[in-house]
Amino acid sequence: MQSLVSVDQLEVHFAVRTGFMQSMFGKETPVVRAVDGVSFELGKGEILCLAGESGSGKTTTGKAILRLVEPTGGKVLYEGEDVRSYNRLRLRAFRQEAQIIFQDPYESLNPRQTVFSTVAEPLEVNNLCRSLAEKEERVAQALVDAGLHNPRELFLRYPHELSGGQRQRLAIAGALVLDPKFIVADEPVSMLDLSIRAGILKLMVDLRDKKGIGYLFITHDLSLAWLVSDRIAIMYLGKIVELGSADKVIKEPLHPYTRALVSVIPTPRRKVITQQSLLKGETPDPVNVPAGCRFHPRCPEAKPRCREAVPLYREVRPGHFAACHLLDS
Amino acid sequence: MTLLEVNDLTTYYKLKEGRVRACEGVSLRLEKGEALGLVGESASGKTTVALSLIKLLPENASIAGGSIKLDGKELVTAAEEEMRKIRWKEISIIFQGAMNALNPVRTVGDQIAETLKIHDKLTDREAWQRTRALFEKVEIDPDRVREYPHEFSGGMRQRAMIAMAIACNPRLVIGDEPTTALDVMVQAQVLQLLQQLREEIEMGLILITHDLSVVGETCDKVAVMYAGQIAEYGPTEEVFTRPAHPYTRALIAAFPDIEGERALASSIPGNPPNLLYPPPGCRFHERCSEAKPLCREAQPRTININNHHYASCHLLDRQVKSCRA
Amino acid sequence: MLQTQTRKDRFTLLKKNLSTFWGVYRENTMGIAGLVILLFFALMALVGPHLVTYTGEIEGAEMVLQPPSAAHWLGTDDLGRDVFAGVVVGSRISLLVGLAATVISMVIGAIIGIAAGYYGKTVDTILMRFTDIFLVIPWLPLMLVMAALLGPSLGNIIFVIGITGWAGTARIIRSQTLSIKERPYVERARAIGSGDLHIMVHHILPNVFPLIFANTILVAAVAILSETTLSFLGMGDPTRMSWGVMLHFAFEMGAVSFGAWWWLIPPGVCVVLVVLGFTFIGYALDEVLNPKLRRR
Repeated sequence: MQSLVSVDQLEVHFAVRTGFMQSMFGKETPVVRAVDGVSFELGKGEILCLAGESGSGKTTTGKAILRLVEPTGGKVLYEGEDVRSYNRLRLRAFRQEAQIIFQDPYESLNPRQTVFSTVAEPLEVNNLCRSLAEKEERVAQALVDAGLHNPRELFLRYPHELSGGQRQRLAIAGALVLDPKFIVADEPVSMLDLSIRAGILKLMVDLRDKKGIGYLFITHDLSLAWLVSDRIAIMYLGKIVELGSADKVIKEPLHPYTRALVSVIPTPRRKVITQQSLLKGETPDPVNVPAGCRFHPRCPEAKPRCREAVPLYREVRPGHFAACHLLDS
Repeated sequence: MTLLEVNDLTTYYKLKEGRVRACEGVSLRLEKGEALGLVGESASGKTTVALSLIKLLPENASIAGGSIKLDGKELVTAAEEEMRKIRWKEISIIFQGAMNALNPVRTVGDQIAETLKIHDKLTDREAWQRTRALFEKVEIDPDRVREYPHEFSGGMRQRAMIAMAIACNPRLVIGDEPTTALDVMVQAQVLQLLQQLREEIEMGLILITHDLSVVGETCDKVAVMYAGQIAEYGPTEEVFTRPAHPYTRALIAAFPDIEGERALASSIPGNPPNLLYPPPGCRFHERCSEAKPLCREAQPRTININNHHYASCHLLDRQVKSCRA
Repeated sequence: MLQTQTRKDRFTLLKKNLSTFWGVYRENTMGIAGLVILLFFALMALVGPHLVTYTGEIEGAEMVLQPPSAAHWLGTDDLGRDVFAGVVVGSRISLLVGLAATVISMVIGAIIGIAAGYYGKTVDTILMRFTDIFLVIPWLPLMLVMAALLGPSLGNIIFVIGITGWAGTARIIRSQTLSIKERPYVERARAIGSGDLHIMVHHILPNVFPLIFANTILVAAVAILSETTLSFLGMGDPTRMSWGVMLHFAFEMGAVSFGAWWWLIPPGVCVVLVVLGFTFIGYALDEVLNPKLRRR
């Protein structure tokens, strides 16, 4: 598969703002290592899922690729070109091809913009339409592509007049209108009711099939990840701990963290939670990243070595990567 | 022994445009120490039921009919004075957003101790002792009682909320989406804790959630709500393995199951109705794939499928079937 | 804010927005009271001067300082001019100065507030310190000094009032901008390639607009009061009758010692009513446009 986006050792570190007194006395400013050396490749028309708990850096990774958050290190190659070296003009062109869909369709749409304005805005900003008729045509087409039929009736509606599912479709239409090749979908269905989720997911997968859009799908829900994606990457504290095909990661997880996550995947039919499967505690603050393997304080199988050395992220089986000392034999 | 018996509970919200029938003809039964899951999508009226039970409804809402009996005591007609004594000592509630429910400028322990002082008339020392014991019970280090909410992690805050809810040993705890904002792992931890506490102190639990799996994990019985009414009600296992109502079936089918086939389930078409103008007949008929002409006209009866398993659907009604034949 | 296609669509949209707005607004008693008061004065300013004759010329000694009568409803002043006609004619200048100054204030306040809030950092620091200066300088002496330097003319008075009244607005707009620029739809706008100016005009401005609007009304009340104050203190344009100028002459010529209450009270009452009207509407708008107060 041809690579669309290739991320190499991506880093996003934020300096935490400290009080005046602290900086006076020369205390070191703490650094949040939101993303700390993430590498992966996304093929054309591939759906890659970044999964992890809150604080794992998955959303920051997605935004850093689009330079909505400036990376502090590493490389992001888009069709072979380094996104970080783009000037303003080139960045603008890049942003026509790379779009983002946000989690909350109530917050990601301007409440004072009509459906038409919302979808037409990307066209206007980039001066893509010569005539009003052309603009209307493209807006209507994008709405239909996003599964909103009778688009012209919706043109003058406001987001608050739409249902949750319709709003998310509207947000998707706003991304589709530019004919993107790459979409970062940040928890696109987590705010929606179960009964309408499948429709949105199906739409996204269909668009991949029809238009060859590559997705970076960000979610905390492993069962969703398994359903929609080709490959899954599991993140923990700013690093990818495991990456492989969706089936392999869910059915034959290599990393103890993935195993724990998979064991608590919710299901309505049976009780799965047992004391053994539960990890103790919560993900630590990315300001104080544990030494050695970041996961060792919570790992049920940690060995002394895990406390000291950072495990190597390597291809354990063909196409299945993981970073864990227990896998080094 | 029956702890809570709700019959035909009906609650309306008054708006300028008319009244919103947020909860209509809801009947539930909870035995002592039992856990009931109240499942529904957003705006299905599940939170309205919860707020009606402890009578903490917003100003523009009122209980229009039905009865709520806690240990045989009628709550619908109870005066506010009386309710104040019942709240927290007999029924308590765990809210969804733990951060908003805790006062940010007071220590967590202080807020729990205060509850104990007010409701159990404990002295300062006793209250703090109990608070430490409660912290231990919900698995937080008791030495952290003097910390502020922002020093706690999300999971710990929700644990603190649970500690507060069980502080006065209530017989019934209502959890309104208690795990919704939490990570999967922390959610599992909190559910496990609730389960454990339920066995320990024999409290009844009503768990309100949009997440079927949470109910499967913790509840003995489940009530599925749709558009302000209960569509199906019965033992959790029975309902999840043999769902009778088309809505329940569709909901369960929409839930991704990693043991099953790797394919996207079909979603339920359309949106839940606006409860200002609920549709005539069965409220689900517009989205139901099996709807018959009758479903558009008449409200379905509640059918007893087998012991303790009920559903409101014309398709299950033998009388309707025999009429047609 | 509305990049909607045809003129007809634009009209449909406007009609829809207005009718939603009016539906909520008309429930507000205070707002309706304010609206009635202002409509009355607006009518007075627009139509009134055509109905009364106010020559400003001396009518003769016997007509001086007459108490109210059938011929002169509100009596006459020291030059024998009709007070009622003066109030009607004066309303034009008072309202004009008030509204024009308000527009200046709002434009400056909105631009500075949005720019400071949106760009943040150094721009914010500089603009806000500048705003603070205007906020802490006692505005009355500043206005007096500026009016004295520029001389008494209508344009100058509008300028002086406008330039001193924007600081509070800028602060309010800035804080709202700070909150709006963090919303995902602003991030989305950036993701589709929008520039800063586009985001400020199309995303920030429409969302702070209700606040600007509600604030305008309150600033207008202050501006009219300022006009009255300045004119009363003799900084107004004496050739153009306004309520402030009227009060100034009444006071100057000793209306109080003559017991000529009819000369002092009518313009005073008018000022109070207009300010009250604006304030009522301001509070009502705040309630109607602030979704937190309105949410049901």
